[in-house]
Amino acid sequence: MATPKPRVKVPKTASAGEIVTVKTLISHEMESGQRKDQNGNAIPRKIINKFTCTFEGEPVFSCDIDPAIAANPYFEFAAKVEKSGTFAFEWVDDDGSVYTADAKIEVN
Amino acid sequence: MNKKKPVLAAAIGLMAAMAIGPAQSDPVDDKLVIDGELEMVTRTKAPEGSPFEEVLSGWLYRTEETRALEADSFQNPGMLYVERGEEIWNEVDGAAGKSCASCHGEAASSMKGVGAHYPKWNAAAGKPYNLELKINDCRTANMEAEPYKFDAADQKALVTYIKHQSIGMPMEIDLSAGDMQSWWERGKERYYLRMGQLNLACATCHENYNGHYIRADHLSQGNVNGFPTYRLKQANMVSLHNRFRGCIRDTRATPPKAFSDDLMALEVYVTWRGGGLSIETPAVRQ
Amino acid sequence: MKLTRREALVLSAGAALIAFAGGRAGPAFAGAAETDQAIKDFTGGTEPQSGRITLTAPEIAENGNTVPVSVYVESPMTAEDHVASVMLLAEGNPNPDVATFHFTPMSGEATATTRMRLAKTQNVVAVAKMSDGSVYVDRKEVKVTIGGCGG
Repeated sequence: MATPKPRVKVPKTASAGEIVTVKTLISHEMESGQRKDQNGNAIPRKIINKFTCTFEGEPVFSCDIDPAIAANPYFEFAAKVEKSGTFAFEWVDDDGSVYTADAKIEVN
Repeated sequence: MNKKKPVLAAAIGLMAAMAIGPAQSDPVDDKLVIDGELEMVTRTKAPEGSPFEEVLSGWLYRTEETRALEADSFQNPGMLYVERGEEIWNEVDGAAGKSCASCHGEAASSMKGVGAHYPKWNAAAGKPYNLELKINDCRTANMEAEPYKFDAADQKALVTYIKHQSIGMPMEIDLSAGDMQSWWERGKERYYLRMGQLNLACATCHENYNGHYIRADHLSQGNVNGFPTYRLKQANMVSLHNRFRGCIRDTRATPPKAFSDDLMALEVYVTWRGGGLSIETPAVRQ
Repeated sequence: MKLTRREALVLSAGAALIAFAGGRAGPAFAGAAETDQAIKDFTGGTEPQSGRITLTAPEIAENGNTVPVSVYVESPMTAEDHVASVMLLAEGNPNPDVATFHFTPMSGEATATTRMRLAKTQNVVAVAKMSDGSVYVDRKEVKVTIGGCGG
């Protein structure tokens, strides 16, 4: 697949102090390093090894990722929002690439 | 580990599943509603001449977790390929400097319903065309681009995107056009043809034994309304002709080539068998 | 239609061949000892208790390549008292590590869902480490099946 593309889903609005559900998905093969090619050579590992979510710079949720996470990694978690602001999401690839996304939420 | 164990287990499993006492497990009684909004037809009256009274979507044969994946368009990993397909739709490719969008505009309107009526009679070619063949035709004739190789990542994504524009619409093909009827008949013959070292026809599993387990697999009617489909096994989109070939390979037969007359006829026939089911692309299967 | 005896035998033989070929060249599996060591490294040796943490996974996974899994830990999630991390392990994989989730009071609730790979039927383990250093564990066996034709 082409460059990994993140998708994120956060409610557009919430009331202050509400706990909302955050869903994230990114296209990535998550090559585990356990597989062999047709000639019997090990296919090198290439996975997303770290995912983080912050809200206005404050850490909300993060995850250290091993090759046992399935292709096209999906993470769903909760966030408590007190004020309007922006969630920032970051996925770090074994090759050093960083994929990012963000989502605004209005709190009233 | 004892190497003999899986052999015995497999042999006993299959005997138990298929010969001694077939484990019957009915498809679930559940409704597929995508995102709580779009209600899908997963059960409908079979077309006249069908061996079934009711045709059932493969979704009804899957576990609760797999069904839930398809019901949430955000969680459904197939939607990543729909998004990639949208990019391709708008990408200029080939000597004519055109994208799909150059001629067809917004796919949401121009392609709505299109995928639900394929395969379709193509008079110029004198045979039925599926979306893959139609796209390649368009690429060479109008875009002056290279045709996609079978199962190229972009081919799967673009077909998924175009088919997805018909999500929720009934799958329905026109057998009165051109020579479609004779292709239907050829496909029917192929469906009941026993093949391979295991001597299985499509019908053995999907007509006679649907609802039973073959080892751990819950056999469905083999309907095609969800293709290209996201398969958990491959963690990727799987095209219909890839699945045809995989199934035939598993009977220990040499599979016909993708888009060969044999498989095009089979596509016509099995599409007819599932007529009336909603297009689910991208469906999620095991 | 019923399968004839010959058909059933041919089927069994075919499946047996596939199963045999598939079973031969498997990678080494982690096992319980390596999992216990990984848990010790994570907890610093604190003995895990049961309760407070719930691991949700299917009893039977339709395909080991994509298995949904969720964890939930009861906690007020305040600065003083919250869940710091949850480690997810799979005893029967070549390497037991699956993922480690890190929470903060801004998480609001210590819950996470993902999809994992399981090489075979095995125990999945979730270990929660609280801000006060206490540790909780939950385990679930997930049966991983093989497709009908080995295909």
